[in-house]
Amino acid sequence: MASIRLERITKRFPGADAPAVDSVDLDIADGEFVILVGPSGCGKSTILRMIAGLEDITEGDLYIGDRRVNDLAPRDRNLAMVFQNYALYPHLSVYENIAFPLRLHKAPDEEVEERVRRSAQMLELEELLDRKPSQLSGGQRQRVAMGRALVRDADAYLFDEPLSNLDAKLRGQMRTEISRIQSQLGITTVYVTHDQIEAMTLGDRVAVLRKGVLQQVAPPRELYEQPVNLFVAGFIGSPPMNFMPATVSGTTLELPVGRMEISPDMANRVAGHEVLIAGIRPEHFEDANLLDEDRRRRGLVFSERIDVIEWLGSEQYAYIPFEAPEQVRRPLEELATELDSEQIRTQLVVTLDAESRVAEGEPADLWLDPSRMHLFDPESGENLTHGSGVDARTLASA
Amino acid sequence: MRSRRTTVLWALGGLAIVAYTILPVLWIVSLSFKEGDDINNRKFFPSEWSLDNYRTVFDTSLFTSALRNSVGISLIATVASVVLATLAAYAIARLEFKGKRWVLSTALAIAMFPTVALVGPLFDMWRSLGIYDTWLGLIIPYMSFTLPLAIWTLSAFFREIPWEMEQAAQVDGATPWQAFRKVIVPLAAPGVATASILVFFFAWNDFVFGISLTATDRARPVPAALAFFTGESFFEQPTAAISAAAVIVTIPVIVLVLIFQRRIVAGLTSGAVKG
Repeated sequence: MASIRLERITKRFPGADAPAVDSVDLDIADGEFVILVGPSGCGKSTILRMIAGLEDITEGDLYIGDRRVNDLAPRDRNLAMVFQNYALYPHLSVYENIAFPLRLHKAPDEEVEERVRRSAQMLELEELLDRKPSQLSGGQRQRVAMGRALVRDADAYLFDEPLSNLDAKLRGQMRTEISRIQSQLGITTVYVTHDQIEAMTLGDRVAVLRKGVLQQVAPPRELYEQPVNLFVAGFIGSPPMNFMPATVSGTTLELPVGRMEISPDMANRVAGHEVLIAGIRPEHFEDANLLDEDRRRRGLVFSERIDVIEWLGSEQYAYIPFEAPEQVRRPLEELATELDSEQIRTQLVVTLDAESRVAEGEPADLWLDPSRMHLFDPESGENLTHGSGVDARTLASA
Repeated sequence: MRSRRTTVLWALGGLAIVAYTILPVLWIVSLSFKEGDDINNRKFFPSEWSLDNYRTVFDTSLFTSALRNSVGISLIATVASVVLATLAAYAIARLEFKGKRWVLSTALAIAMFPTVALVGPLFDMWRSLGIYDTWLGLIIPYMSFTLPLAIWTLSAFFREIPWEMEQAAQVDGATPWQAFRKVIVPLAAPGVATASILVFFFAWNDFVFGISLTATDRARPVPAALAFFTGESFFEQPTAAISAAAVIVTIPVIVLVLIFQRRIVAGLTSGAVKG
């Protein structure tokens, strides 16, 4: 096992203006599970391939343990990798596929036997060892690919979107499996995905990338509760965070759904910005009629007509359209294109308790928790309330 | 649903083609079993089946030495050509280098060059180089005419093999040579088989070089040697003996096709990557 350190890693592809990966700094501790996540084209796979040695590093230094490995061939880096399309050797049996790395290192037959059996047992592949990859289902192939990586004593394990070719149910199972094996073996793992749910559930820490630039590296919870900017806030979470235009005058914040007072500290932070983007997650709204008086008073109660309701059993989503001024609409549209989400209209998505009796097409009394609200600068996308939320939350729950 | 009539028409058409291609072959086989004057018996089958012609052919040193030459020259040319073509095709499929297009188009141009136009100059050159009437003197032209075709065939096969296969092997600890030998070559086996067959057939069936660049038993291959066949007596046409020789030289071709047919299994790579 070893740590991996990226120092100002940059990748430029010939013929491209912007670097694919732009000066990324990242420290991956020994035994840590780090996720690289971002929309397609953000450079996450390129980073992984640079770590593996399959892609040259244009600038910067890469260390595995204490060794600078920039100029080492992939085979000298002692890393194991699971490819997105599995890359199993079709002419070899499952057994030989898993044994392949050991055979290359000239391991004696007994050792090969023992280690292949052990890794096959861990992944429940024992009955499949004699088959050829073409006789396996997608999930089985995926497990063989993992077996081939785990059979080795590598310094670190790299996963390149290993679950993206599986169907939803299998993906969920394998996610749990990977998480179990990783914590059981305590192996240094770098995992690339575009799926924010995988990122949130698997990683010790998650690194969010956008256009080759590292946005934020933090544990999932911090990423969710304290996003540093509009991009991270919009990318992490499903359904996504709601963004509303907000104007501020003194300590009064004006939202499309009403006005509220903010703390002098907060007012200080946002001073100088006339128009802001307020971000609030769907679950920080509630049906006002279901709340006790005490909680109701602490938030902002407003009445809006509900457009559509989606009832899911455990909870329900309500959609409320609103008009956004040009100044705010532009950055939000940009964000939507970047995240590949086709946002047709500006609307609020609120998660309500399944008990709630609000009805489609009728006005409803809703409540929002201002302590959970983020304020973003529409120009830079920066989260102006970043770092203050902890205090606000303790206040709210007190 | 296809109508009955079209099915019948298709079957008839197919039969006609099969008959058209197989009848001459059967005719030669039948001739080779006819003894002496029996070739004039005006029947398809011999009056009496006889192995005499085969005995005659194998007793003729002209034929046995030609057979030895043919087998040796064709095999050496095939192995050398396929090994070189595999390496070249791999480089062409995987590496970006200057003049790649130039190499490919030149190769194609060579393959299209008429052989007869080269025979004269080669004859002169080989004589001054001292490789006239030697195995090498035939292997070189065979290789240069089959390499382009083999390179084109193989590079098409290599291009089909996903890059990830090789990258996976490299991450697993393989040197580029190991990745090539243990992963790429086995995966390209159908392509290698196809190229081998093409090269072998070219060398095995060649007549122009065989007759022009040889003078004696030292290097003369079977197709050229058949032209020197004579009958039992001067007045007798050696038709039956030539037929027997023709059948004998056809056998390796059939065997080869049968062996390689198994290796040319479509979908060998299925299951390598997501299907």
